Amino acid sequence: MPLAHIFFDHISTTPLDPRVLEAMMPYLTEWYGNPSSHIHDQGQRAVQAVDAARAEVARFVNANPQEIVFTSGSTEANNLAIKGAAAACAKKGKHLVVSEVEHFSVLNALPPLRNRGYEVTTLSADSDGKVDPDDVRRAIRPDTVLVSVMHANAEIGTIEPIGEIGRITREREVLFHTDATASAGHIPLDVREAGADLVTLSAHNFYGPKGTGALVVREGVRLDSQIDGGFQEMGFRAGTENVPGIAGMGKAAAIASSEMGEWASHLRRLEKRLRDGIASSVTHLHFTGHPTDRLPGHVSFWVEYAEGESLLLFLSVHGVMAASGSACSSNLKGRDEEDLVASHVLRAIGVPSDICTGSITFSMGKGNTEQEVDHVLSVLPGIVRRLWEMSPTYLDYQKKILQGG
Amino acid sequence: MASGPYSAKVMDHFMNPRNVGEIEDASGVGEVGNPACGDMMRLYLKVEGGRIVDAKFRTFGCGAAIASSSMLTEMIKGKTVEEARAITNRHVADALDGLPAVKIHCSVMAEEAVKSALDDYARKNPA
Ligand code: FES
Repeated sequence: MPLAHIFFDHISTTPLDPRVLEAMMPYLTEWYGNPSSHIHDQGQRAVQAVDAARAEVARFVNANPQEIVFTSGSTEANNLAIKGAAAACAKKGKHLVVSEVEHFSVLNALPPLRNRGYEVTTLSADSDGKVDPDDVRRAIRPDTVLVSVMHANAEIGTIEPIGEIGRITREREVLFHTDATASAGHIPLDVREAGADLVTLSAHNFYGPKGTGALVVREGVRLDSQIDGGFQEMGFRAGTENVPGIAGMGKAAAIASSEMGEWASHLRRLEKRLRDGIASSVTHLHFTGHPTDRLPGHVSFWVEYAEGESLLLFLSVHGVMAASGSACSSNLKGRDEEDLVASHVLRAIGVPSDICTGSITFSMGKGNTEQEVDHVLSVLPGIVRRLWEMSPTYLDYQKKILQGG
Repeated sequence: MASGPYSAKVMDHFMNPRNVGEIEDASGVGEVGNPACGDMMRLYLKVEGGRIVDAKFRTFGCGAAIASSSMLTEMIKGKTVEEARAITNRHVADALDGLPAVKIHCSVMAEEAVKSALDDYARKNPA
């Protein structure tokens, strides 16, 4: 077993805060009622739990409680936002504007729409992964119904200018969806200030439970429900509410609201220590994402001549858990090599595809420490060197240097 | 220790790869790439009296690619040129106690590398 157990993969998920578990426990044990059957005490307790959580999540993002639609997570929320808005606005038009660095739950919702006659304009990102608000302005047409640009990108950490985009969409009376899966609970998010009509949230990305998320639906926005059934969640989402998950999300939102600032300053310190340490000990290094407008505690980079999956494997042998956008580490459950593709985000920001393979994302959380950063810094240069020594391309590069070429 | 999708054998060959390096006066050198992921393997062979007496490699690639390269060099050392030609990626993958389905092509890179190195040897030593 590895000696260390260092989790630097908070963009994939975060550990459940013990206070959140405590808030969930009653609804996993004695209060098991269904909010739709609320004449009796069990059902009443469930209704109260869901209402309280709705109020907390609303406060968390400065929305009204009736604007919070709980879902099974951000994949469902993104699907509901994109497909639901497209269907509900079909009379106005069939044109959507989406950035190329969105999550698959946004991007993969588009082909079925295209098949039904919708058109999509894809916004490219610059080499820091930023979307240009002027591109949004230019892409909007009279038949545009929705713009979707994420709040922050999980893989490269870049924070998008959603405030400016929101001003443009409001001016042009187009719906604006932002996927805040990676950002909510880590950087301030005010849906009013952002001018967003639809906002995706995921509880397990801010120390809440998996299986619970929400779509913030601004009052008056129409969406076609994507699941047929009963009338839960104001008719936007059928199905019995995940009461313990929702209670947990409410608690996680309340904790994040009051502690996020503290976490962020801790994480900024760790981020600087990690970033500076890597920069001074590893050569042929390229940081990805925006240098300053980025998620706190997020450090992403690629190293020439070192392949991403191999880096990840060696790191994990040293007890360090990170992520890679490498083709070789993608989709290990796939059926054949067609399933191996370098991350669309890295390709979007112009990292050459044979080099995307070296990409690593370290994403730290509130529980990480300076000692953990130092451990990573103590093993990373050795791992990189080992991979270089095995790499034919690095050998060629060195020979070229020796020949003065 | 097995790790993630990989067997203990794969991890052993990944962490302690055998025969990394190059052979200065190699009898044959093969280089193959994998367009699917941009990975690359270079294999050096030393052949004496029709038998492979030494093999070294350098590989840029995933865990499966490095383990396959390492296993391959172990398998071909001591074999005759004909025997080495008969080695397939299946043999390499089996010797590693299997590979995830999506990683089978990484062992194909190893098979192609021997063939390419032996072709190079044949060119340099016309019968
Ligand atoms: S070499 Fe790229 S997936 Fe194995």
